[in-house]
Amino acid sequence: MSLEELYKEVILDHYRTPRNKGRLDPHDVALERNNPLCGDEIELFVRFDGDTIEGIGFEGKGCSISQASASMMTEKVEGLTTKESASLAESIKRMMAGEEEGDVDTLGDLVSLKGVVKYPVRIKCALLGWNTLLEALQEGGKG
Amino acid sequence: MVSLPLDAETLRKDFPVFGTLAHGKRLVYLDSAATSQKPHQVIDRMVRFYESENANVHRGIYELAERATTAYEAARESCARFIGARSHRSIVFTRGTTEAINLVRFTWGRANIHDGDEILLTEMEHHSNLVPWQLLAQESGATLRFLPIDDDGKLRVDLLGDYVTDRTKLVAMGLMSNVLGTINPVRTVADAAHSVGARIVVDAAQAAPHLAIDVNELDADFLAYSAHKMCGPTGAGVLYGREDLLEAMPPFHGGGEMIREVYPDHSTWNEIPYKFEAGTPNIAQAVGMGAAVEYLEALGMDSVRDHEIGMARYAMSALEAAGAHIYGPKDPSERGAVISFTLGEVHPHDVATIVDQEGVCIRAGHHCAQPLMRRLGVPATARASFYIYNTPEDVDALTDALEKCKEWFA
Repeated sequence: MSLEELYKEVILDHYRTPRNKGRLDPHDVALERNNPLCGDEIELFVRFDGDTIEGIGFEGKGCSISQASASMMTEKVEGLTTKESASLAESIKRMMAGEEEGDVDTLGDLVSLKGVVKYPVRIKCALLGWNTLLEALQEGGKG
Repeated sequence: MVSLPLDAETLRKDFPVFGTLAHGKRLVYLDSAATSQKPHQVIDRMVRFYESENANVHRGIYELAERATTAYEAARESCARFIGARSHRSIVFTRGTTEAINLVRFTWGRANIHDGDEILLTEMEHHSNLVPWQLLAQESGATLRFLPIDDDGKLRVDLLGDYVTDRTKLVAMGLMSNVLGTINPVRTVADAAHSVGARIVVDAAQAAPHLAIDVNELDADFLAYSAHKMCGPTGAGVLYGREDLLEAMPPFHGGGEMIREVYPDHSTWNEIPYKFEAGTPNIAQAVGMGAAVEYLEALGMDSVRDHEIGMARYAMSALEAAGAHIYGPKDPSERGAVISFTLGEVHPHDVATIVDQEGVCIRAGHHCAQPLMRRLGVPATARASFYIYNTPEDVDALTDALEKCKEWFA
């Protein structure tokens, strides 16, 4: 996938019209994280129904890859259990680390994020939302 | 067309890296503010050192060691001459500017900065000339103050009277901003500092590659600069210090070379500058730094400066025409050719990734100046910085690539 395809077919759609953008109230967990080197910011809001992510929203600013990846993430994990979404986040991380190919059946559209692997300095942008989610799940699990 | 005093297209041939391509295209290197490329004159000089002069310095009795010492000390003389220092005794070799500034912090700073004192910085300092003073302030109880900048990115020297007080013991400031390009009126600030008995440390990392510097005209007590931004290797830099100050300072690192006599429980110190050069120094890198000085001297620092004024003028006007917002002084004669900009709503990281596909290397981020970014109200900027080997064609490659960013994000 060329950079142009990555941007035009994946990133820019979510960057321009982010899904689940905005503060979610009420929420069980709110967590703000940033990439100090870039200034990318994400604040994630999660509401649980038992073990399931019943609602999720995010605020943030930063580069298109950080924001688009967070948008794609919220779309995907809403309705999943904490266990399912944590395992999804871990496979995204392994895919971005080049440790696994990324399975279309499991990841769906998210496989296209693999296009970012070719731009190593941008990987942390793509993972900001996912790392924040993993922390939010841990925090939610405590409560 | 712009008229430029240097024939940059010919100078490019001195730099082997320009024989390579980036994504199959002409390498357009616009990140010299981070580190410059190296001409073969510098690379070859270091190779020659390793091939025919390599030995430890100031140690051996044999002729080869004498050759090494001669090369190392000749580099020190070149580095002194480059900034108008009167004596090699004022020139301490360090790993670079950061180590030089930390040397002042740990020696002069610990001996002279106490509870209740003030250290004056500016709002535009690089982290390397900010964090060492934060650490010194925390351990000593001193207070940091920051001379503000105006909206054009120029220092508010009109406020010096409020910021330089009888508590001020040290002023630390950059000669040229690595973000805004602003060339600061160091002499004016030095005079204010000296009028209250304070000392001034000048971070010349960004200025030394681009401007003729004279430490006496600046009346600098300390001045630091690095080889790697001025055609030299990484791992070499200089701390200039006034001789009387260096004489009075305690040593920095302890070890070989910096001592005169060592007893089990105490030691006496070598003369300056060797008192501050513990252990085997980066000898080949220092020799390379000397070669970089000679390379720039042959071009003439005034021609270097004029070339960059011309490049800054051309680049600023082309970037504005492309719709970019430029930070820092508008007048190219008041600034260096390091140009921070934003392109509408396109995030600087996206800009840098997209232009990279066209072979154009620019920086994006906070440029090691987070407090300045907050002052400017942006999380990050893109930055294009120009040097002796850049041509108007490089600017055109950048603005063509910016058109692509705009098209994608339209």
